[in-house]
Amino acid sequence: MGEARLYVAQRVSALILAPLVLAHLGLIVIAVRGGLSAAEILARTHDSPLWAGFYGLFVVAAAVHGSIGLRAVAAETLGWRGRGLEWATLGVGLAFLALGLGAVVAVIA
Amino acid sequence: MIRPHRNHPLWWAFAVHRLSGVALALFLPLHFLLLGQALGGAAALDTALAWTEGGAVKAAEMGLVFLLAVHLFGGLRLLALEFLPWRHGQASLAALAGGGAFVAAFAFLFNAL
Repeated sequence: MGEARLYVAQRVSALILAPLVLAHLGLIVIAVRGGLSAAEILARTHDSPLWAGFYGLFVVAAAVHGSIGLRAVAAETLGWRGRGLEWATLGVGLAFLALGLGAVVAVIA
Repeated sequence: MIRPHRNHPLWWAFAVHRLSGVALALFLPLHFLLLGQALGGAAALDTALAWTEGGAVKAAEMGLVFLLAVHLFGGLRLLALEFLPWRHGQASLAALAGGGAFVAAFAFLFNAL
C-alpha cells in the first residue's frame, strides 16, 4: 500500500478511535470501582449488539492504527524498509484483528 | 550530549506519543488474550482477572491508563494540528495532554483502591 493511503488510513482510524478510546477510558475508571468481575463484564456485553458493534469497530480501527503506527516506528527508528516491512505490517495487523475479534466473540457470545 | 532539537517540548511530545503507541501495541495482544478467556465461561475469566488484583499489576494498569490517555490527548492535538487552522501555543496543548492523562491515571487509581 502506498504511503498516501497509509497516511489516510492512519488518520481515519485515529478519528474513529478517538471517541471510542474516550468512552473506553471512562468505562475503565467507572468499572474498576469495587474490583473487576467476569459477571459484571459479561452482564454488560453478553448478547449485546450495541457492545458487539462498539468493540468490533474498536478492534478493526485499533488493528489498522496499531499496525501502521508500528510500521512508522520500524521504518523511521530502526531504518527497516522494503517488502519485508510491508508483510510484517500486514501480519501484525491481521494478528491484532484475529486476537481482537476473538476477544469480542468471547465476551459477546 | 542532548542534541538541540531534543530540548524542544514538542520533540518530547513526539517521543511520548511514539513510546506510548509502541507500549500500547505491545500490551494489546495480552489484553485480547485475557478477554478471550471468557470463551471458557465466567469462571475462566474470573481466574484471569484475579491475577490483576495484585498491587504491582494495579500500578501497571495505572500506567496503561496514563499511556492510553496521553496517546489519545496527544493524538487529538496532532489531528487538530494537521486538519484545523494553525494555532499558537502547541507546547501548552501538549502539556495539557500530559496533564489530562495524569488526571485519568489518578482517577483510575482512586477508584481501583
